[in-house]
Amino acid sequence: MSVRFDRVSVSYGSQTVLDAFDLAVEPGEVMALLGPSGSGKTTALRAVAGFVTPASGRVLIGGRDVTALPPHKRGIGMVVQSYALFPHLRVDANVAFGLKARRTPRHETVERVARALEMTGMAAYARRYPRELSGGQQQRVAIARALAIRPEVLLLDEPLSALDAALRSAMLTELARLHRELPDLTILYVTHDQIEALTLADRVAVMDSARLKECGTPLDLHRSPGSEFTASFVGGANLLPVSVSGGTVRFADAELQLVAPGLTDADTATLCVRPHRVGLGDGPNALRGTLAEVQWRGATHRLVVDVAGHRVAADVTELRDPPAPGTPVTVHFAPQDAVLLTSGPVREVARG
Amino acid sequence: MASATAGAVPTGRQLSVPRWAWTLPPLAALGLAFLYPLALVVWQSVSPDSGGHDLSAYGQVLGSTVFREALLNTVVIAASATAGCLVLGFTLALVIAFVPFPGGRALSRVVDVFLAFPSFLITLALLFLYGTTGIVNGLWTQATGAANGPLDFLQTPWGVVLAEITYFTPFVMRPLLAAFERLDTAQIEAASSLGARAPRVVGRVILPEALPALAAGGSLVLVMCLNEFGIVLFTGAKGVTTLPMLVYGKAILDGDYPGACVVAVVSVVVSVALHTLYRAVVSRTLPASGGTRAAAR
Repeated sequence: MSVRFDRVSVSYGSQTVLDAFDLAVEPGEVMALLGPSGSGKTTALRAVAGFVTPASGRVLIGGRDVTALPPHKRGIGMVVQSYALFPHLRVDANVAFGLKARRTPRHETVERVARALEMTGMAAYARRYPRELSGGQQQRVAIARALAIRPEVLLLDEPLSALDAALRSAMLTELARLHRELPDLTILYVTHDQIEALTLADRVAVMDSARLKECGTPLDLHRSPGSEFTASFVGGANLLPVSVSGGTVRFADAELQLVAPGLTDADTATLCVRPHRVGLGDGPNALRGTLAEVQWRGATHRLVVDVAGHRVAADVTELRDPPAPGTPVTVHFAPQDAVLLTSGPVREVARG
Repeated sequence: MASATAGAVPTGRQLSVPRWAWTLPPLAALGLAFLYPLALVVWQSVSPDSGGHDLSAYGQVLGSTVFREALLNTVVIAASATAGCLVLGFTLALVIAFVPFPGGRALSRVVDVFLAFPSFLITLALLFLYGTTGIVNGLWTQATGAANGPLDFLQTPWGVVLAEITYFTPFVMRPLLAAFERLDTAQIEAASSLGARAPRVVGRVILPEALPALAAGGSLVLVMCLNEFGIVLFTGAKGVTTLPMLVYGKAILDGDYPGACVVAVVSVVVSVALHTLYRAVVSRTLPASGGTRAAAR
């Protein structure tokens, strides 16, 4: 079932927490809402669930305007960061809660609870209380509870942020498997973690300051970000101030070769190059500078090079003998690996 | 090393007070302030005015109609008032905690202030409002020219129950409001998104979480109602004799100290028995999750 935000705005007093938000999610699609704290992503999710009332705009589910509909009539499954399991109910009773609320026949309830628990690998824990489960198991129960009512839209609000890194990775795989098993289920996934968004989502909506910045496939946003914010939030990025004049792009007195048709003159533009696309040594678009920092990251080394006062990060395969800080080095990148951003203010960022 | 060990020994000796000694100060305070007066009352109840020690006062008091009526009145009024406080307190706390309205937070603070009021103040206010010569009856007689107003219940057992509900409800609300503040609102939202309407959310999500607080407030109110004296005295309820009133009548008005002590002993026994029964019933109804059950005890 599709979900559509039609210029949805939400305010708390004088503070606008979601500003004219427009987004269409296709049936069966996994859409990640990615952004920093306070970007409005959770508010957008809560507007779909019916927990916040938009000051203006409409929320449509399956083409039907649900803006004025109370949460219990929306038929949506929701999983939140704190799991929100009912502590006084056993696992099976938690999962059966929604079915009982909908007066599902008893035999069908039993069957659907068993199926949901099986699907999430929690069948063996049906008679346990939530407090007797680990964080990951509680999260699985929360997902089983949401899926038991067979929603056509599933809302996941930072579902993995309370888990440790290993468990988070395992749960990501589980969520991907669940979606393969339920291909018709539309999922809205709120996260501030780019890895979760890139791994799971069919499309990512990048949000900042209560507004939608950009929406696209993870690959598009990563390879060709449309703004400095997206470039820095979706994957690490070198954001370098460049000037464009007469079809030539210059950075720190070096003329750069880019695959950028139709360049228009601009005093200030931003060049985005991913650190893992920057190589050590001579090559196209060579930049000479002084090594400022060396970080060993296991399989890779991060080298931070000072080029005419600007810092350029390069992630290279682990070096046997990494150069010492202060050494003059040259780094380079291929023309097709750089994206010229002409919108937004220039802010030099190298994010990991 | 040796000097360090040698230095540690005297310090250890200085602190080596026997563990049982720490229980003496509180035991002494408890004995002086509570057990000794209680023992005196029990002793007096088996020491008739005629001399000697026997249970004759018990036979006389327990066999009297006045005592049986007082016992029945006490239990009925306390149970009714507690039930009323639980229902009203839960409803009001629910509204204050979950229904956003201007002044809700201020109202919650008023509950705290209300707890500090003396019981006679509430009774006095009720007398001004609903007494036979109160404001409501006054307005009625002015408007209709009738000799008497329609309200004449304040001096009945139900008047006492109303006054006790009015006065003791905040004692149920306070722990409930604290429990509601601790409740994860995400649980309520999860229940709603799963299709539960408000009554189911209240009954299946909020109430089970609030039961320990409800039990704590209810048991407190029950004990206080069983021993309430000021409200019954102030309403001037005719024919409404409760055990505390009977103690007062026998000791102060009749000078029958052994009889008063018998009623006092019975009053203590009834309070402890009803409180124990209440806790037993409540602990059976509490959810089986260890945390909440433990919290109720």
